[in-house]
Amino acid sequence: MSAVVSLLRRLEGPQTLGRGRGFWSLFALVLLGAVAFPLLTDGYTVGNTVYFFVWVFIALSLSLIWGYGGSLSFGQTAFFGIAGYGYGVLTINFGADYGFTWIALLIAVGIAALFALLLGYFMFFGRIAGVFLGIVTLAVTLMLERFMAQTAGPEWHIGSARLNGFNGMSAMPPLTIPWFDEPIVLFADVGLYYIVLAMLVIVYLALRILMNSSFGNVIVAIRENPERAEMLGYDIRKYQLITFVIGAALAGLSGVLYTVWGQYITPSSMGMTAAALPLIWVAVGGRSDLTTTVIGTLVVLSGFQALTIYGSQYALVFMGVLLVLTVLIAPNGLVLGIINWVTRLVSRRKQETA
Amino acid sequence: MDIATLAFSAFYQFGDAFAFLVLSACGLAVIFGMMGVINLAHGEFIMCGAYVTAASVHAGLPLPLGILAGTAVSALVGVLVELLVIRHLYERPLDTIVATWGLSLIATQGTLILVGSTMAGVGTPFGSFQVGAYSYSIYRIVLFMAALAVLGGLYALFNWTRFGVLARATIQVPHMAAALGVDTRLIYSLTFACGAGLAGLAGGLYAPTMTLVPTMGATFIMEAFVTVVIGGADVFLGTAPAGGVLAVVKSGMTSWQGQLFGQIGLLVAVIIVVRVLPKGISGFVLRERT
Repeated sequence: MSAVVSLLRRLEGPQTLGRGRGFWSLFALVLLGAVAFPLLTDGYTVGNTVYFFVWVFIALSLSLIWGYGGSLSFGQTAFFGIAGYGYGVLTINFGADYGFTWIALLIAVGIAALFALLLGYFMFFGRIAGVFLGIVTLAVTLMLERFMAQTAGPEWHIGSARLNGFNGMSAMPPLTIPWFDEPIVLFADVGLYYIVLAMLVIVYLALRILMNSSFGNVIVAIRENPERAEMLGYDIRKYQLITFVIGAALAGLSGVLYTVWGQYITPSSMGMTAAALPLIWVAVGGRSDLTTTVIGTLVVLSGFQALTIYGSQYALVFMGVLLVLTVLIAPNGLVLGIINWVTRLVSRRKQETA
Repeated sequence: MDIATLAFSAFYQFGDAFAFLVLSACGLAVIFGMMGVINLAHGEFIMCGAYVTAASVHAGLPLPLGILAGTAVSALVGVLVELLVIRHLYERPLDTIVATWGLSLIATQGTLILVGSTMAGVGTPFGSFQVGAYSYSIYRIVLFMAALAVLGGLYALFNWTRFGVLARATIQVPHMAAALGVDTRLIYSLTFACGAGLAGLAGGLYAPTMTLVPTMGATFIMEAFVTVVIGGADVFLGTAPAGGVLAVVKSGMTSWQGQLFGQIGLLVAVIIVVRVLPKGISGFVLRERT
């Protein structure tokens, strides 16, 4: 019992914004709104919101690795793609009976994590840091995209699943919950909405606990000063590797859910543009905090979608400008900057009245 | 097929791979080696060079002048980018990566909007020649020569000119150089322009050999990064030998298993090299020397 309490106490702490009754009542209010949301709107909007939620996982993974850990990784989309393809290959081969889709989800996320373990071992134990880490992960991502894009011929298949080159895989079964009479199939609608929302809340809270635990503090210490962290006796390579693997698993979860959502996955989901977008959401939101990352991702994504009406090229140019301006003007992120500004204003007001 | 033609074929493929690696990487290597800045918009500078070259050739200029125009325009764009963006981020290397990535996104999509999804290409000049049963493109030989000339030119620039000496001084101890009256900001601007110009040159040289699309930068960028990562921070001790080693890997794997395996070979090589030599070849050589 006391273990649970001490775990819950980690929900707030120095590494995450938001504490006290005010924050958590707001959190409950937002959650309530999210739960009630499908009742107030139509199926299309619900499906679209699921699409937004799916991307939040990869944004959180980037926030973990880049914002908290200080290692800029362009590899998140690679893990996204690996897990997405993994889910496709598994479910097309073994079908969706007996709840296998959930096992496929776990295995696919596991494959992404395993790949990250391998790649991360070479990078972190080779003491690759800073800009080189970004380049190596980027090279891996681009390589994977090229590899998947050339798998068009019938000789490229795993079991009965054709990889289909540039067109990607499609028609994999959606997540299915086995039930007594007939299994519940979660199409990109209300059912999937609640499942993904639940996952999102769990992941968000779990990451809060993780970041405020001693592990999270060490990760932030490594970001601030790797040499000092090492002198204090921490094997920073292990900590970085574990963060990288957790991040890869989250990105993989994003990939699986994306595949589940649209029932397709293509190589371009691992390309340059696809890799740039999560970076923009996280940078604009404020990479060094989980809450601002979630807010930033949802805001920028919906803004991006609204702009796509005028053509996706224009929207992408706008995203590029937004990214450059954020880096130049508000390096910590726009959302985080605004929140910090407001808190400063409020505390100054308090001091004046006191 | 006798030994001589076989050897020539192997050498030709090696030269082709070497030229591609060195030409696409040296602009990046100059900027990274001298300024510690990774320019993710490197591929877009290459694209810029290729587009300007093609446009000038369509306008009636001969190809060499077109390539020069491509180089010059890229260098000018480089100055502009340095002034507007890079200059403000020298203290934050990770943020430069992010910002230049934003620039690359703007450039790629902007070109798509302005010019369209493809641009009419330029024919490959010089034709081909015959050795044994195979015919080879003369232009590929020209590219190999150009790669050697660029390396030679850079060596001369950084060792024999006043700019080169000032640039190297600025790189070694920026504050000391500034105290001695060197305008370090100007040096950084010029170095960045030099790197951007080299990227434009690579684009111009390769413009006749490939299809011009807004995303063509991505074809270069992986090879360029791999070469710079393996080479490390020094252009001559790093990029050139890395280009040589990787060219052997790439041409060997390509002729054995095909283009894709050439690229996979590069990737595996880079992952192994970063594990063994984290600072690249030049870091290894320099450590041995001191």
